[in-house]
Amino acid sequence: MTVMQHVWIVLGVLFVLLNIGAGLIWVERRMLALWQDRLGPNRAGPLGILIVLADTLKLFFKEDWVPPFADKWVFIIAPAIVVASVLMSFVVIPFAPGIVVADLNVGLLFFLAMSSIGVYSIVLGGWASNNKYALLGALRGASQMIAYEVFMGLSLMGVVMMTGSFKLTDIVEAQRDMWFFIKQPIGLVIFFIAGIAETHRLPFDIPEAESELIAGYHAEYSGMKFGMFFIGEYLGITLISAMTATIFFGGWLGPEFLPGWVWFFTKTFAFILFFILLRASLPRPRYDQLMEYGWKILLPLVLANVMITGAVLLWLKG
Amino acid sequence: MTASEIIFWFLSVLALFSAIMVLISRNPVHSVLWLIVVFFAISGHYILLNAQFLAIVNLIVYAGAIMVLFLFVIMLMNLNTETEPQRNTWLKVIGVISGGLLLTVMVSAARSAGELSNKTALIGAGDIGLIQNLGKVLFNQYVVPFEITSVLFLSAMVGAVVIGKKD
Repeated sequence: MTVMQHVWIVLGVLFVLLNIGAGLIWVERRMLALWQDRLGPNRAGPLGILIVLADTLKLFFKEDWVPPFADKWVFIIAPAIVVASVLMSFVVIPFAPGIVVADLNVGLLFFLAMSSIGVYSIVLGGWASNNKYALLGALRGASQMIAYEVFMGLSLMGVVMMTGSFKLTDIVEAQRDMWFFIKQPIGLVIFFIAGIAETHRLPFDIPEAESELIAGYHAEYSGMKFGMFFIGEYLGITLISAMTATIFFGGWLGPEFLPGWVWFFTKTFAFILFFILLRASLPRPRYDQLMEYGWKILLPLVLANVMITGAVLLWLKG
Repeated sequence: MTASEIIFWFLSVLALFSAIMVLISRNPVHSVLWLIVVFFAISGHYILLNAQFLAIVNLIVYAGAIMVLFLFVIMLMNLNTETEPQRNTWLKVIGVISGGLLLTVMVSAARSAGELSNKTALIGAGDIGLIQNLGKVLFNQYVVPFEITSVLFLSAMVGAVVIGKKD
C-alpha cells in the first residue's frame, strides 16, 4: 500500500467518525423522543436534523471560560484526552477488508490500553475544576472505570483464546463459520455491560448523575471544552458498538449481496441504537450497587467464562 | 540519521525531560502527569525494540491503572503547599545515603556497559517481544518463577482485603 493510500484511509476514517459523532446528537434526541413518546427536535430543517449544526455552532461561539480557581493547564488538557484516546482506539478497527489504519499484532490490547487512558479525562477534569461536585464525580468515575476495565479485558479473553491472536482482522476471519456471540454469550454480555460503564452512559452515568452531582466532572466546563466531552461520549458509544460488532458479530462479514463496510456500519449502528434504548428505558443504580454488582457478580462470572472456555478448548484439542 | 534514530532520540529526550519535571514540579498532581508521560516515552522505546506486548502492557498496567490510583490517592489527600510535610535533618541524611548508594550502583552499571559497547540493541528486529514467543518462554523456561509471582499477587490482594476490612 502506498503512502497516499494510508493518508486517505486515515483522513477518511477521521471524517466519517467525526460526522457520526456529531450526527448522533440528532439521532439520540429523535430516538429518545420516539421511545419516550415525545416530539423531540423538529424545528431546524427536515425532522430537525439541522439541530446538529445549531448545536455545534452554539458550542463554538459560547464563551470559552476557565474558572479562576481551576488548575489552568490540567483543565485545558482533560477534555482533549477523552477524544484523543477514543480516536486512537479506532486505529485498530477493521472497517472492511483492507480498510484499517494499522492492523497491529496487539490490536485488542491496544484498544484496552487506550480505553484505560480515557479515565484520565474524567479524573483530571474533575480535579482541575476545584469544585466539590466535580471532584465527587471524578472519584466515582475513576473507581467505576478502573473496576469495569478489568471485566472488559477478561470478557474478551475467551475470544482471544479461540482465535489464538490479538489481531482484530484475525478475530473477524475466525468468525467465517460462526459468529462468536454464539460461542461466547457471557463474554458478549459482560463486554457490553463493561462498555456502558466505560463510556459512563445511562444507566451507569454515575460520574455525572445530574440529579445528585449537577453535572459531575464537567460541571465547570463550557463552550467547546464541554463539546469535547460531549463528542468524546458519542465517539465512545460508536467505539464500543464497533468493537462489539467486530469481536462478537463478525465485523464486515455477512451475505455477499452487500459490500463489507455496509455490513460493518449496519451492525455498529444497531448497537448504537441499543445504547440509546438502554438510556431511554433504564433508571440509574446507586453508586455502591454498581460497584457491588461489578465485583461480586461480574468478576466471578467472567473468570468462570475464561476458565470454562480454556478447559473446553483443551478438551477439544484432545 | 534514520527515522528510528530520530524517534529514539526524541523519546529519550522526552523521557529524561519528563522525569526531571516529575522531580521539580511543586504540585503532586503535575508530578503524576509527568510520570505518565515518562511511561509513554518508555513504551515508545519498547516498540522500537519490537517488544509490542511489553509496550502495551506497560501502558495498560502502569499508565492506565497504577497511575490512576496514584492520582486518586493524591486527590483525596488534597496536598497543598501549606500542608507539605516538614523536612527534618534526619530525612536529609537518609536521602543523601540512599541517593549515594543508588549512584554507586549506577556508576558500576555504567562501567560494565562500556564493555558491551560493541553489542548494540536491535532496533525493529528480534521477535522475542511478540506475544506468542513471550508466552512460550514464560510458560516453559520460566514457569516456576511466573507462577510464584502470581501467588505473590494473590497474597497481596488478600492482604489488602484483610486490611481494608473494618473490625
